[in-house]
Amino acid sequence: MDRRDTIKSLLLGSVAAGLALNGCAPDVSSEESVKPLVNGLYGRTPEEIERDEKLVSEEFFNGHELSTIAVLCDIILPKTSSSNSATEVGVTSFIEFIAKDLPNYKTPIRGGIMWLDSFSNRLYGKEFEKCLNAEQLAICDQIAYPEKTAPELKQGEKFFSTMRNLTMTGYFTSKEGLQDLGYKGNTPNVWDGIPEDVLKAHGMAYEKEWLAKCVDQSKRGDIAVWDDNGNLIS
Amino acid sequence: MQIKESPDTFDAIIVGSGAGGGMATKILSEAGLNIAVVEAGPFFDPKDPKTQTQLKWPYESPRRGASTTRAFGDYDAAYGGWEIEGEPYTRKPGTKFDWFRSRMLGGRTNHWGRISLRFGPLDFKRKDHDGLGENWPISYDDVKPYYDKVDKLIGVFGSKENIPNEPDGFFLPAPKPRLHEMYYIKGARKANIPVIPSRLSILTKRINNERGVCFYCSQCSRSCSVYGDFSSGSCLIFPAQKSGGQITLFNDSMVREVVTDDSGKAKGVIFINKKDRKEYQLNAKVVVLAASACSSARILLNSKSKHHKDGLGNSSGVVGKYLHDSTGANRMAFIPELMNRKTYNEDGVGGMHVYTPWWGNDKKLKFPRGYHIEVWGGLGMPAYGFGFNPNYLNKYIGEEVGGYGDQLRDDVKKFYGSVIGVAGRGESIPMESNYCEIDPDVVDEWGIPVLRFNYKWSEHEINQAEHMQDSFEEIFDGMGAKVLGNRPTAENKFGLEAPGRIIHEVGTTRMGNDPKTSVTNKYNQLHDVKNVFIVDAGPFVSQADKNPTWTILALSWRACDYIVKELKSQNL
Repeated sequence: MDRRDTIKSLLLGSVAAGLALNGCAPDVSSEESVKPLVNGLYGRTPEEIERDEKLVSEEFFNGHELSTIAVLCDIILPKTSSSNSATEVGVTSFIEFIAKDLPNYKTPIRGGIMWLDSFSNRLYGKEFEKCLNAEQLAICDQIAYPEKTAPELKQGEKFFSTMRNLTMTGYFTSKEGLQDLGYKGNTPNVWDGIPEDVLKAHGMAYEKEWLAKCVDQSKRGDIAVWDDNGNLIS
Repeated sequence: MQIKESPDTFDAIIVGSGAGGGMATKILSEAGLNIAVVEAGPFFDPKDPKTQTQLKWPYESPRRGASTTRAFGDYDAAYGGWEIEGEPYTRKPGTKFDWFRSRMLGGRTNHWGRISLRFGPLDFKRKDHDGLGENWPISYDDVKPYYDKVDKLIGVFGSKENIPNEPDGFFLPAPKPRLHEMYYIKGARKANIPVIPSRLSILTKRINNERGVCFYCSQCSRSCSVYGDFSSGSCLIFPAQKSGGQITLFNDSMVREVVTDDSGKAKGVIFINKKDRKEYQLNAKVVVLAASACSSARILLNSKSKHHKDGLGNSSGVVGKYLHDSTGANRMAFIPELMNRKTYNEDGVGGMHVYTPWWGNDKKLKFPRGYHIEVWGGLGMPAYGFGFNPNYLNKYIGEEVGGYGDQLRDDVKKFYGSVIGVAGRGESIPMESNYCEIDPDVVDEWGIPVLRFNYKWSEHEINQAEHMQDSFEEIFDGMGAKVLGNRPTAENKFGLEAPGRIIHEVGTTRMGNDPKTSVTNKYNQLHDVKNVFIVDAGPFVSQADKNPTWTILALSWRACDYIVKELKSQNL
């Protein structure tokens, strides 16, 4: 699957989810439809589930806007030999949802896409998503570096920063992104201090006096008993 | 509309199920009393898989945990927030108070920071030392036995330090410091600022066979499904039910007022059932208010009758006054030595493993009272907002900011876990001019007149915040960190947070020996009405720089022992 096909199927997935709930789903095979974004299984109250379902059934961005978002996402975080691209891990769907969830994003992103298309039309006589990759990158180069942006392109810089923020956060909060980051937590364990090699690498060591106040993990299951002076004796 | 009156008469009605109400439920039910607990929000049990957020991943939320519907993010366990639809509050022009409410069984204890500090001897008698505010009518020695019992019943880790105004207790052992906390220790010591293991009500060791032991997911704000941290439901109310207490829970029930009889004595409460929007009355021998300092004041002020023209317990006119919150100011810094660090599971307990208790009681400073310093940082779990401005720290190491492409991945990994944050939490001076009152024009969707706040910080708090900034910078300097952002200036009160933001509302029904200047006596009992008690933080005369919960628990227990004794002697 080439990049365009990947985007197409991802977008069909998320757009289809919205359309399906509106009763006018395009003809897509079940393989192509992504699993619903909302299933109430992340500890929601009934009011929150209702709100989520309403948002999912709403459509805000049109197809052109979504595919432009997808192109930007993968410019910001492209596929590499060791990492997924942003769209591969569902960032487009995340941005589609968050703009409805936090409506302050709606106008800046919609208007930002229009700004980008106008700029692209002026430079290349076509919309941004239809530009060649090299042309797209040449545009991004002018709005991706806050210190270097020409004053008349500042609004474009602001839009690009918004897209970069959302792409980064969408990526690093995805399953694949967390793995890429090296995040190891969110799992039951028995914390027993900083690994020895890490302490050494930072020129640190636990002090004896401090450790004496700390938990002996071999006795964590023993019920606490104190003497009258508050000294733990179990 | 007719008020539906329950045929049962309870021994006690407890309004609110947070720390104070939970403790009252346990103590009074174990004494054999027949109890009604009236809670404005839904039932909540942290171990119910339907509402559990503990151990969820960010990608399970379509907004990746953003704080759209919950003020502290999707996975925070408090239902409610700074604004609640249908339940407004107002402010006097030119003043500010932000009010956080958690509407659910257990209230704010489901998400709180579990920082469990005893007030020290000095904290009960500050006026003797600086002439400001008022002394408590009780001393540390009165409360100590209850602090001891709370430690043993609920569990708190910490360490014996023998610091005069930071009393030690019956501690569970502390967790070992994390890497950024080792840097904090180094920085604080260089700045001659003390640092000790933190004191949090999290079980690092088994305390009984009913509750589980901490499994170090750092998610106490999500409320622990094995009851490894203190929440009012899991540690007080459920155990009280299990041990056979006569407890009737009324959920989604918003108390409007305390009803009194012809003699002026309390008879019961009227509440609105949020499901059917009808009014109900419950009757009892004793009414115990634990709705939160401001909500309890609101109920009293809305309980007007022939005998209590200005509201129940308000013959002094003091109800709602002396409202105060902790001071707060924060700062962040970047530790270059933590760049490109090796990753490992560094979750630890929910919150800091080390902290700085106040060290300036003997110093001559340009502000009264003190503050403690909390620490955060480390290899935390990403959520919405992670990766924003992904490489802005590059400017501190002379590299380019912005751009796109694979380089951004490397930048995020390079800086992951290299930022440390500190927060000062201090004592403010309670003032008569800081208060909540009934707004004459506004009701909530239940038809209940709402609170209007009037609160302004004084120079004491602003000067304290300036000192916090100095301390933060000295500590950062000592650890070789680069302070992020500009130092807050006098124009923005040196970063002092708005009143209410630290969510330590106390003082609205303060205790005292003189009925003309206080609302309750030293047993949390209304001077004006002997069968009404207040066991939230309303009776606090001052709040030290300590988080209020441990003192709420101790005083609620103490008040309930008194209630049982007085009921036996037929004095109520």
